[in-house]
Amino acid sequence: MDKVKSLEDLKRIREEALKKRQAKNVSGQKEIVVGMGTVGIAAGARQTLKAILEYIEEHNLTDIVVRQTGNIGLDSMEPIVQVSLGEGEKVTYGKVTPEIARQIMAEHVVGGSVVKAFVVQS
Amino acid sequence: MKPYRSMVLVSSDTKSLESGAQDVFRNLQEQTRALGIADEISLSMVGDVGRHDAVPLVIVYPEAVIYGPVKPGDVQRIVEEHLYKGRVVPELQASSRELSGRIAWLSARKGTLPAENRIVLERAGIIDPTNIEDYLLHNGYEALGKVLSEMTPAQVIDEVKASGLRGRGGAGFPTGMKWGFVAKAEGAKKYVVCNADESEPGTFKDRVVLEGDPHSIIEAMLIAAYAVGASEGYIYVRGEYVLAQERLRTAIHQAEEMGFLGDNIFGSGFSFHLHVHSGAGAYICGEETALIESIEGKRGEPRSRPPYPTTNGLWGMPTLVNNVETLANIPPILRKGAAWYKAIGTPSSPGTKVYTIMGHVNVTGLIEVPMGITLREVIAIYAKGMKPGRTFKLAQTGGSSGSIIPASLQDTPMDFDSFAKAGVALGSGALLICDEDTCVVDLAKVLVNFFRVESCGKCTPCRIGNQRAYTLLTNIANGVGKLEDLEELRTLNDSLTQLSNCGLGQTAGTPLRDVLNHFRAEVEAHIRLKVCPSGVCPMSGHKN
Repeated sequence: MDKVKSLEDLKRIREEALKKRQAKNVSGQKEIVVGMGTVGIAAGARQTLKAILEYIEEHNLTDIVVRQTGNIGLDSMEPIVQVSLGEGEKVTYGKVTPEIARQIMAEHVVGGSVVKAFVVQS
Repeated sequence: MKPYRSMVLVSSDTKSLESGAQDVFRNLQEQTRALGIADEISLSMVGDVGRHDAVPLVIVYPEAVIYGPVKPGDVQRIVEEHLYKGRVVPELQASSRELSGRIAWLSARKGTLPAENRIVLERAGIIDPTNIEDYLLHNGYEALGKVLSEMTPAQVIDEVKASGLRGRGGAGFPTGMKWGFVAKAEGAKKYVVCNADESEPGTFKDRVVLEGDPHSIIEAMLIAAYAVGASEGYIYVRGEYVLAQERLRTAIHQAEEMGFLGDNIFGSGFSFHLHVHSGAGAYICGEETALIESIEGKRGEPRSRPPYPTTNGLWGMPTLVNNVETLANIPPILRKGAAWYKAIGTPSSPGTKVYTIMGHVNVTGLIEVPMGITLREVIAIYAKGMKPGRTFKLAQTGGSSGSIIPASLQDTPMDFDSFAKAGVALGSGALLICDEDTCVVDLAKVLVNFFRVESCGKCTPCRIGNQRAYTLLTNIANGVGKLEDLEELRTLNDSLTQLSNCGLGQTAGTPLRDVLNHFRAEVEAHIRLKVCPSGVCPMSGHKN
């Protein structure tokens, strides 16, 4: 990216990024976010993330973005995985072991139905 | 995340759950979503609220209206009438007798909104901390752009002063005033230092910000540097925070590439360079002058003050030292204005506070709530109550240097002034919630031992005082304590508080003072009856 020289530059860069992201959402892109703060990692988020990536590879899935984020504050529910399909609402899962991650992948990400048993209620 | 305008609590004790609390909660979620108000209202299952004859209860803040018993079919009316149109539904309200007893606290706080309001943690757990684009999409570097292109340094300081922001490291010093001191100080060069040596046991709020939203600290330090006239900065990160350091370095690199760090930022002529400095595991280096010594490559021992770092800090130059959480408040304040910030929290302590919740409660973790909510609310709403069958006995706030809060103070609003008036300290925001199986002598022993080990040994009261206090407490725990020991402990507290060189020693007496003030009977039982009422202490020195 270019250097930001003014407030206008900043606005332009942000709008470009926003457009890019909206285009992805409209095209139905699926996003999986794994909480990778110290707490998440200690609770096994790396294994969970690995299971998700393996599932995607095994099943040759496309149009899925997997990314990481920090700690959201629900420490006793870690590892936390958030799933959003296109413009749909974000669903937050808690205590996601690699097995549960594979179940979420199959039923929610591929199948389209939320795995209610592991959804975090506020 | 937008701040909520209402908070709705659903009771979830066993009887409420049997009577359909889950369905009520689910209907609330669906109905608010259907009306498009889901993001304005915070829904929460709350633990046992102390009433079981009109459950499930639905409590709506800030009006503090209590509905009950609520059937899943009633939810639609509550949502449409109360939450959407703002009209209370009297027919569904619990009869007034339900409002007595333990549940009274719910209505006592009418007009306040104990809902989470994330300012510091706004992006943590949402954005990808390793991707600067994500930060930009969430208003990143907007405050910096505004400050550099539209405001003078004096205006920035005035804005921070007007916001009423107070330091979140524990002492609560007004941030704008500190900035003003550094701006006024004369020096060939000035520095901004971020104190990220978060070493209070049980505190991890700064880590969450550093790991989840590193750019916000960089942006805040840039704004601070512009305001006080600094050209170089250090983030002093605790050595154990490897992941935080890694993410900060990545973020600094990205910010440099995009021109947010370096020379002539935003074409304004302002230049700033930033470094990450790793600590090496010493608690004392969280004290600002010891931290400065450590950056200079010396042994981490506090300096004598005055002169203060604001005039004679790093390499003898004027230096601004701010805590991570304090800094994280800066970009939102400048983006949205001081008036917006001042409206949150209490008049004397505006804004929010991040708390880390641990101990004998159902849900542990991290919350950010407006200043002034009470411990009872934190336990009931966010920690979902004590573990089954347990009673709240005490809370330890702010790591070791915080206070031991007895159950009698759990309705004191948690802000700097209310706590100071009650004779306790807010500290760094760790809340260790303990049940009746916790012995105060044992707890004080653990805390004093921490200070004994971490004391740098430079000044006598701290070096010898903590050792002596530990010996006395160990004797009491072993059943060989004497009543005179309690007077000596009180004297030790006075010496530590009044004669120590730095903040470590000055706060080391806090556990002694709190134990003697609030739990004297329990301590005396150890001495007079040779019994530990909680059955924790070994009492090994006492022969029956």
